[in-house]
Amino acid sequence: MLRTSSTFCRRAFVRSYATATSPHALVFLEHRGGVIDSGSLSALTAAEQLGGQVSALIVGSSDHVPGVVDKVKKLKGVTSVLHSTSPQYAEPVPEILSPLFESILSDSTFTHVVSATSSSAKSLLPRVSARLDAPTISDVTSLEHDASSGSTTFTRPIYAGNAISTVRAPSGIPIKFFTVRGTAFAPAADADSTAEATAVDPVEVADPVTVHLKTTIAKSDRPDLGVASRVISGGRALKNAETFEKTLYPLADVLGAAVGASRAAVDAGYADNSLQVGQTGKVVAPELYMALGISGAIQHLAGMKDSKLIVAVNKDPDAPIFQVADVGLVADLFDVVPELTEKLKK
Amino acid sequence: MKPSAKRLLNILVPVKRSVDYAVKIRVNPEQTGIDTNVKHSMNPFDEIAVEEAVRLREKLKEKVTSIKAITIGPPKSIETLRTALAMGADSAIHVEVPEPGPSPEPLAVAKTLRAIIERQNSAAKSPADKIDLVILGKQAIDDDLGVTGQMLAGLLGWSQATFASKLEVDTEKGEAFVVREIDGGGEELRCRLPLVVTTDLRLNEPRYASLPNIMKAKKKPIEKLSPADLGVDYTPQLETLKVAEPPKRVGGGKVANVDELIAKLKEAGIEAA
Repeated sequence: MLRTSSTFCRRAFVRSYATATSPHALVFLEHRGGVIDSGSLSALTAAEQLGGQVSALIVGSSDHVPGVVDKVKKLKGVTSVLHSTSPQYAEPVPEILSPLFESILSDSTFTHVVSATSSSAKSLLPRVSARLDAPTISDVTSLEHDASSGSTTFTRPIYAGNAISTVRAPSGIPIKFFTVRGTAFAPAADADSTAEATAVDPVEVADPVTVHLKTTIAKSDRPDLGVASRVISGGRALKNAETFEKTLYPLADVLGAAVGASRAAVDAGYADNSLQVGQTGKVVAPELYMALGISGAIQHLAGMKDSKLIVAVNKDPDAPIFQVADVGLVADLFDVVPELTEKLKK
Repeated sequence: MKPSAKRLLNILVPVKRSVDYAVKIRVNPEQTGIDTNVKHSMNPFDEIAVEEAVRLREKLKEKVTSIKAITIGPPKSIETLRTALAMGADSAIHVEVPEPGPSPEPLAVAKTLRAIIERQNSAAKSPADKIDLVILGKQAIDDDLGVTGQMLAGLLGWSQATFASKLEVDTEKGEAFVVREIDGGGEELRCRLPLVVTTDLRLNEPRYASLPNIMKAKKKPIEKLSPADLGVDYTPQLETLKVAEPPKRVGGGKVANVDELIAKLKEAGIEAA
C-alpha cells in the first residue's frame, strides 16, 4: 500500500515536471470597428508578465481585421498574431466564437487564455473554459507564473473589492483562463519589432442558436470612462437628467474628464447605464476622481477606490465617501461646481 | 390553433445565499476568508432572476408550466430557497454541501445544474416537461466571478444571453428577444430556446414576498440532493492561498472652500485641460 502510493507520488512529480512547458498565452484582442480596445492592450501586458510567448487572436469581419493585425504586430510583447475572418465574426457572439476557440486550443501549446474583463470577453471565456473543463479566473489585478511547476498565482478582488483573494491555478489545469482588470496593468505600447501574422480558418457555425440584431453605442465626445485619466461623477443629488448634464458637463469639459455616475443616478434616469461606476458597472482608476453628490456606498467604492486622487463634494459631512476622499468639501454641489468651473478656467 | 405541448416553458432559477450586500465584510485573522457570522440573504442578481421568472409567468400565464428554484450550499441555504418560493417559484431543489467548507466553484455549480437539467429532461414524458430556460444572476456579489451562466450554456451547448436588461420569450416560435448591457451601450439578440439568461440589475425591480406568500412557501416542496447523487465532484480546482484586506485608503481631510480645493488640485498637478 505504502509502495503504491510512493510510486504514484513520484510519477505525479515526474509528470508535472515533464509537462511544465514554457508559458504561451493566447490573448483575445478586442476591437470595435477596427479600433483596438484599451482593455485588450492591458491584457497583453498581463500576458507578457507570464514570461513566455504571447499570441494575439483577432477576429472580425474582413473590413477591420487587416488594419487591426497591422497595428497589433507592432505592439510590445506580442510574439505572434493569429487572425480569423468571417462575416459571422462581425459581432462577438459567444455561441459562434466558442467553436473557433475550441479548435485553436485543441491542438496547440497554449497554456493561458487571456482577455480584458470586458462585456464580450466575460461572456465568451467562461463558455470556452467550461467546454475544456477549466475554470475562468475573473478580473485579475496581478499575477505570477512559476515556470518550473507550471502553476500561476493570481490576485483578484472579491466582495466588491473589500477583500483581495490570492489563488493558485496548479499545473493540473493545462490551460488557464483569466480576464484582466484593465486599470491594474499598463497598456502595451508600440515596439520596433514585428510579430508574424497567421490566418486561422474560421469555424463556420451553421444555423447559429443566437443571432445578433443590433448594437447601440452611447455616443460621446468625451474620453472613454474606462480609460480616462480624469473622471467627474454625479449621484442622486443631481436631481434630473437635465441638471446632471448642465452641472457636470462644463466642469468635465474644463478638465478634459469623462463623466461617470452612481447607480442611483443611473437608475433615476439622470445618466446612461454605460456611465455607471461601481461593482456592477465600470471599474475606473483615474488620476482624478471627483465624486459629486455621491454618498459612497460600498458598491460604488468598488468601482473607483483605486483612483489616485479622490475629491468629494457632499452636503452631508458624514457621507462615507469622505472616508476615502483625499480632498473633501462639505458644501452644496450646486454652489461648488459652477464656482470651481469658473475658477479653473482662469 | 391549439397550442401544442412543445410551446410550454419550464424555468430553472439557480439562487445563491451570500453575505448581504449592505454588510461591511471583515477578513478573518487567519486570512483564509471572511467572517461569515454576519447577515446573509439571496444574491441580489438572483432575486432579479426569480422576479423575471415570475413575471414571465404573469405574462405568459399557463404557458409557463413550472418555475423551479435551486441552490447549492450549506444547510442554511434553505432559507434562500424559501424566499424564492415566497416570491413565486413552485418548487425547489437543495443540493446540500457541508459547512464549513469551501463554497463550490462555478464550474462545479454549472455541472450540477447540467446534471439536474439532464436528469429532468431525460425523465420527461413529453417536451412539455423539459427545462428550456435557465435564469441566473450575472454574478454573485461574494466571489464576483460572474461565470456560472456562461459555463452552463457552454456545457449544454445552449444559447446564452448574459447581462440581460430585457427579456421577451415567444413560446410559439421557441425563441427569445433579449437586450443586453454591453460596454458603452446595449445589444439586441434573438436566441433560440433552450436558453441560459443572466440578469443585469436593470432587468426588473424584485418584489417583496407578502406574508401570506411566505406562509404558503412553507408548504411548497423542496427536494434535497447531495453532490454524489448527481455525480459531481466538488473538489476545488483552484487553491485559495490567502484572503487579505485591501490596502487602506485614509481620507485626506476636508477643505473649507473652493479655493482650497483648487489649491489641492494644483498640488496634485491637476489643472484645466
